[in-house]
Amino acid sequence: MSSQSTAPTAAQNATLDSKCPQGPIQDRWDRHRFQTKLVNPANKRRFHVLVVGTGLAGASAAATLAELGYRVSVFCIHESPRRAHSIAAQGGINAAKNYPNDGDSIWRLFYDTIKGGDYRARESNVYRLAQISNHIIDQCVAQGVPFAREYGGLLSNRSFGGAQVSRTFYARGQTGQQLLLGAYQALMRQVGEKKIQLYSRREMLDVVVADGVARGIVCRELGSGKIESFAGDAVLLATGGYGNVFYLSTNAKLSNATAAWRAHRRGAFFANPCFTQIHPTCIPVSGSHQSKLTLMSESLRNDGRVWVPQKRDDDRPPAAIPAAERDYFLERKYPSFGNLVPRDVASRNAKQVCDEGRGVGSSKMSVYLDFGDAIARDGAPKIAEKYGNLFQMYQRITAEDPYHSPMRIYPAVHYTMGGLWVDYNLESTIPGLFVLGEANFSDHGANRLGASALMQGLADGYFVIPATLGSHLAGRKLPPVSTAHPAFAAAEQDVQQRVERLLSINGKRGADDFHRELGLIVWNYCGMARNAKGLDLALGKVGALREEFWHNLRVLGSAQELNQSLERAGRVADFLELAELMIVDARHREESCGGHFREEYQTEDGEARRNDAQFAYAAAWQHTAPGADKGGQPSWSLHKEPLNFEFVSLSQRSYQ
Amino acid sequence: MSADHAPSSGMRLTLNIWRQSGPADAGRMETYHLDGISPDMSFLEMLDVLNVRLEREGREPVAFDHDCREGICGSCGVMIDGNAHGPEAETATCQLHMRSFADGAALTIEPFRAKGFPVLKDLVLDRSAFDRIIAAGGFISANTGCAVDANSTPVAKSDAELSMDAAQCIGCGACVAACPNAAAMLFVGAKIAHLGLLPQGQPERSKRVLAMARQMEAEGFGSCSNYYECEAACPKAISVENIARLNRDYLRAGLTTRD
Ligand SMILES: Cc1cc2nc3c(=O)[nH]c(=O)nc-3n(C[C@H](O)[C@H](O)[C@H](O)COP(=O)(O)OP(=O)(O)OC[C@H]3O[C@@H](n4cnc5c(N)ncnc54)[C@H](O)[C@@H]3O)c2cc1C
Ligand code: FES
Repeated sequence: MSSQSTAPTAAQNATLDSKCPQGPIQDRWDRHRFQTKLVNPANKRRFHVLVVGTGLAGASAAATLAELGYRVSVFCIHESPRRAHSIAAQGGINAAKNYPNDGDSIWRLFYDTIKGGDYRARESNVYRLAQISNHIIDQCVAQGVPFAREYGGLLSNRSFGGAQVSRTFYARGQTGQQLLLGAYQALMRQVGEKKIQLYSRREMLDVVVADGVARGIVCRELGSGKIESFAGDAVLLATGGYGNVFYLSTNAKLSNATAAWRAHRRGAFFANPCFTQIHPTCIPVSGSHQSKLTLMSESLRNDGRVWVPQKRDDDRPPAAIPAAERDYFLERKYPSFGNLVPRDVASRNAKQVCDEGRGVGSSKMSVYLDFGDAIARDGAPKIAEKYGNLFQMYQRITAEDPYHSPMRIYPAVHYTMGGLWVDYNLESTIPGLFVLGEANFSDHGANRLGASALMQGLADGYFVIPATLGSHLAGRKLPPVSTAHPAFAAAEQDVQQRVERLLSINGKRGADDFHRELGLIVWNYCGMARNAKGLDLALGKVGALREEFWHNLRVLGSAQELNQSLERAGRVADFLELAELMIVDARHREESCGGHFREEYQTEDGEARRNDAQFAYAAAWQHTAPGADKGGQPSWSLHKEPLNFEFVSLSQRSYQ
Repeated sequence: MSADHAPSSGMRLTLNIWRQSGPADAGRMETYHLDGISPDMSFLEMLDVLNVRLEREGREPVAFDHDCREGICGSCGVMIDGNAHGPEAETATCQLHMRSFADGAALTIEPFRAKGFPVLKDLVLDRSAFDRIIAAGGFISANTGCAVDANSTPVAKSDAELSMDAAQCIGCGACVAACPNAAAMLFVGAKIAHLGLLPQGQPERSKRVLAMARQMEAEGFGSCSNYYECEAACPKAISVENIARLNRDYLRAGLTTRD
């Protein structure tokens, strides 16, 4: 019906071209930048770049592109760019500075990240990330980010999981807040100088593809409900991850997949959707009213010891259980990394001991994180200095005092390694559509190491996209475009119809109710452990739920006002399709790797068993059917990007 | 609590909530009764429960802003019985739990009120004035790529800590709502202190304070007459000493600035 085109699908059934440079890995990024066409400085202001999202990735990209002279428009669903979900990151950001002189290097950060990701990430990207990491710290300090310091005035570091060096920079337990404020302030400086036009409370609901190239977006102004189009020369999506598909997660409540999913439906491939991260240290669920889960920073595992009773159903209070009757299971199983094993390993082990009936707390679905020994060793003031605000947060939520009795923790959904497929330039399979930050799939393979999402978001925004955007802007002929192009009218009409459809179903259940049910299905069958039978079952359940959604949804109010129920309904509709793709992906990947644990594929001691011969690739899914809101079932075809390991040899991950 | 008094277990509440359909509507208080509320619920989860019920009855749910529900994004914030963010110290609305209230309580829930924060709907505000104050000068001009090695400029630990104390501001606007003059000086002072305590913030120190103060006035915020209600309401306990610092920097800039 529409003259709105989707991107050309020449890639169909061909292998995807990652555009990774060749040669010595140390030189690849330099060489690539040299070979990428530069945009003539005088021409930059003629190019209009649309940046969707103002988290670390979007804010840093927008500020930097405006500094370089591009005309930039920025969009976010929040009331202010500073409220993006990145603000909530706690623990820290990695860099290979080697300030502590403990043996770190760019190579080691590269190696740890490839291994931590269980050999499912691209070497070229990860090496580049490690190279850029040091510049990020320099940039942030120059902006006034108040990182923690030693008495001598120099920067302080701490350790995070999956590494044996101290390379994490932090600002108390509020690192994300401080990094985001740095990027936000840089962004607002450009807004003040009129180089950036800021559009807050705008929800992008479609990408406009004109003549095969992304040339604009369609948004809903959330205050008035007005549908608006914006035309430009490139579209950057930095709209975050999709962890909220599980309903309960540590993500902020507004985090959603809609922008990415709309782009996917216009032709952007979605890669490794089943690679999701379950974080081991979260406050356990307390009741059915629960609306979200709260993370306790991984940094706590530096000093906190994880244990459960050795006996099942041991109801004694923790203090009454003598040391000899406790099982410090991570220290026991992984003597060299101990409590600092990567997240997937820590989470899986916590689930295992709870499944054995050795969990603690009234629900028996938690394990202890105990600071008793650290407090005895260093004194409470020292521990308070490091973790005071986290302890306070814990106490506020649970009404229990972690200085006196151990914290109780359980794994929770936290981060999504999957996302829109991008090449080395961060360009998706729609020419001119770039994807940054958690929204892309690029650097973390099947498991992300702690403190590396902030690093990746800022690397993408401050350093990668400013260099690679030229490949598109200077490398392609871009005829002038405006919102008068018929593709805009068609996309606007699609958006309008969808909004009206959601409002007109007039059924009985609210969107949140559907969302909770969906979350439970995905958590039970496509969460910490998966198997073929469960996944097949889940596929049917999700399909049935989506069917019911489109017949039994109830959204009150109108489209022409601030309508939070309508906003939620649109996001849940997209989650209902994305969940299906996650399950399809998890079903097809008949191996275990990182956070994707297929129970059929494990080693004798219960670790993930990869199948490199068959699955050493990124799975990029192409959307091939109109989807449920147009009456059809969604369907996908698979494209494989083979992963080559030239510098790190594939081996069974070991943290013992 | 006697058994015949409790049809469902949990707390009973009477809620008087500000309802306003849009910026042009005059708005009014409406009363709702809720029971079965668990003391372990957060305050916003209690509002979720109310909204589910309203939706089921075909009535429009109460609009309120929220996102992180961890006290860090600054989205949430309402007046509860006349207190910005409610009764607990150093606690944002989203971090409040129902165990802070008595069973049977009647609560009055209103938006933050200030000329600089127009109401968009129910409890949802437009706080973009804060963005414009930051755009006027709340930054260090450091273009990407120009930075020197991070350890080339040591910062005394005590300065870094004080700077961080101020930098923790979440921009929720409780300080403005709590102030009888609707002043934004704690918000502005916190940014002045965060950047002005660091060596990197020195070159623009005078320019920054003048520009931010000018914008603060233009947005219609009042000025401080030492009530100190702001510090008491601040979920991050940002100190009023930052206002003193703002005043000092402002005076100094007025005397010394050359632009
Ligand atoms: C509790 C918590 C703690 C964490 N701690 C750490 C840590 O210590 N270290 C670390 O490295 N990582 C951490 N992470 C992960 C990290 O914070 C995130 O991966 C990262 O911040 C994501 O940044 P982003 O810029 O990609 O997206 P986000 O910060 O999620 O920003 C998304 C942006 O997109 C906008 N948006 C979304 N949809 C639309 C739409 N349809 N239209 C318009 N705009 C839209 C939003 O308004 C927002 O501005 C943590 C995550 C959580 C949940
Ligand atoms: S919802 Fe983020 S501070 Fe309350």
